[in-house]
Amino acid sequence: MSFSSSKLAVLSAAALLFAASSHGALAQKKYDPGVTDTEIKIGNVEAYSGPASAYGVIGKTEEAYFRMINEQGGINGRKINFISYDDAYSPPKTVEQVRKLIESDEVFLVFNALGTPTQTAVQKYHNVKKVPQLFVATGASKWNDPKEFPWTMGFQPSYRVEARIFAKYILKEKPNAKVAVFYANDDFGKDYLAGLKDVFGGNSSKLIVAEESYETSEPSIDAHIVKLKDTGADVFVNISTPKFAAQAIKKMAELQWKPMHLMTDVSISIGAVMKPAGLDASEGVLSAGYLKDASDSQWDGDEGMKKFKAFLDKYMPGANIADTNLVYGYTAAQTMVQVLKMSGNDLTRANVMKQAASIKDFAADALLPGIKINTSATDFAPIEQLQMMRFTRGKWELFGEIISAETGG
Amino acid sequence: MELLLNQVLAGIATGAIYACMALAVVMIYQAIDHLNFAQGEMAMFSTFIAWQLLQWGVPYWGAFVITLALSFAGGIVIERALFKPLGNAPVLTHVAGFIALFAIINSVAGLTWDFTIKQFPSPFGSSPFLGSQLISTHQAGMIGVTLVLLLLLYFFFQFTRIGLAMRAAAAQPESARLVGINTSWMIALGWGMAAAIGSIAGMLIAPVVFLEPNMMGGVLIYGFAAAVLGGLSSPFGAVVGGFLVGIFENLAGTYIPGVGNELKLPIALALIVTVLVVKPTGLFGRAIVKRV
Repeated sequence: MSFSSSKLAVLSAAALLFAASSHGALAQKKYDPGVTDTEIKIGNVEAYSGPASAYGVIGKTEEAYFRMINEQGGINGRKINFISYDDAYSPPKTVEQVRKLIESDEVFLVFNALGTPTQTAVQKYHNVKKVPQLFVATGASKWNDPKEFPWTMGFQPSYRVEARIFAKYILKEKPNAKVAVFYANDDFGKDYLAGLKDVFGGNSSKLIVAEESYETSEPSIDAHIVKLKDTGADVFVNISTPKFAAQAIKKMAELQWKPMHLMTDVSISIGAVMKPAGLDASEGVLSAGYLKDASDSQWDGDEGMKKFKAFLDKYMPGANIADTNLVYGYTAAQTMVQVLKMSGNDLTRANVMKQAASIKDFAADALLPGIKINTSATDFAPIEQLQMMRFTRGKWELFGEIISAETGG
Repeated sequence: MELLLNQVLAGIATGAIYACMALAVVMIYQAIDHLNFAQGEMAMFSTFIAWQLLQWGVPYWGAFVITLALSFAGGIVIERALFKPLGNAPVLTHVAGFIALFAIINSVAGLTWDFTIKQFPSPFGSSPFLGSQLISTHQAGMIGVTLVLLLLLYFFFQFTRIGLAMRAAAAQPESARLVGINTSWMIALGWGMAAAIGSIAGMLIAPVVFLEPNMMGGVLIYGFAAAVLGGLSSPFGAVVGGFLVGIFENLAGTYIPGVGNELKLPIALALIVTVLVVKPTGLFGRAIVKRV
């Protein structure tokens, strides 16, 4: 008995000593590779070339944002060294570039790297190496899995969440709807379709009268719209990327087909979709969003938007504000800086993950009013709120409450 | 029945896009005996030039003519600077050149004008044509322009000295040289004309599919299919081929169970292969007999 209690005493003394020393170390700064007293190295891979090169703007915006932070003195005196490589949206290249970032550049973490197929290719590697794969830039629902992948975290609301919100709205407004679903034949489109069916459940086959997919290689999708109109559907769910969304809106107006039109938030830029498609033709389109649209004049007086535009003027002059990727990159970079600030001088990879998983009600500049970033040890999906909106007289008019939706895996 | 009619009409409308592009493909094939993989990107770039001119306040037809002239000159410059030096290099070298050109033009356009889609105006408007909602005035105008272009090309190749010289240079380079035709410049001229026709195709296609650096990717494959189907040596065949591919693609997608939408693009590719195996000259092409 006495033996074990003395052992206990030694143990607790040791624990106390350890706690004291680690506390001391905290005050004295604690670094993992990629961090020094003057610098934090952040890696990134982006599709600067190839089929998804339109997203390259995200990386450029983040680079500009970090440049602004550095000019303002950095984070706790440390400048951000943002190393961003091109993976051309090709998974084998992603593996090569991420390996280079981690092994040779020795970055502290990889931030907001783009693409579902590309980032899936390096997810295991990140988790084995225990290098944060933070705020992955894709709308897939699989990044929210802290148990299996504690070093990976998503960022935006998943497609599936949005689809569920749409499905609930359809059931509420038109319980006997005849739904035509038009979707991109890839992960993005299929995730969405799955989300609709999650909510429709057993009634799916009754409610959905047509499922029509398209390939991104098709020059024009007009023929699909002709076919869908012919089904007599009165609800049209449009799950397409900006170019095809604009084509669909235009063709529907030409055909004078006016069903309830729900469109994914991937394609809601006023400047890049609604205007090219025609503002009259776009009237009445419904969607759900989480970011402010810089080309929407209703945000002209908004504080956050003013800050965003001032940033653009100074650091990315000439950028096309119709491009939603700018607002997206800005928001992601702002959240990254927030997490680094929260981490203080304990710049270990473990602590950064811990801080990223304890964001509370962070209202980034460009998020819609009321939408906040929240994470926890079991919730690795930072943005999970959306608000329904209707395109009215050239603007997105928000309506209804802010809807939170858990993906439930 | 209504669905059938709708799909045929929609097919003709998309077919006009392919026909336009196929004309440019045939044009370059006539001049250099190869398919130019960068043809679509050149057309896209021309369309961006037209768009930029419009942004600067140039009226539509002014921008149209300037773009045509610039594209013509651009085509000649590309031939002189890039492909003339390759001269007698093997076909593969040329193919590599085309692909490089493809990537370069695509990236430069993206860098200059970014990747968001842009609206491109149509000179014909987009109201319903003759009361039919399925074909807009723009699509009808596009079909009209394609046919006029075809007629012009026919007269050019049949009745003008320079047109005949170009045909001679392509068909019998040696004999052509002997009668004093500058075959090298005929090739350059072919490039210029192909680029100019491509720019018209681009400006007609852009109002339908929207202008962005990747707009011609799919169009070019269908354009190839149309040109092969109609016969690579026949402008008339290319146009007919374009309409046929458009209609065929729609009907197959709608009526053949299992084909559906996922196999729409493969249909175009299968068509290319089938035609090449069964009737390599296409529907209207002339068989080329080479004396050995």
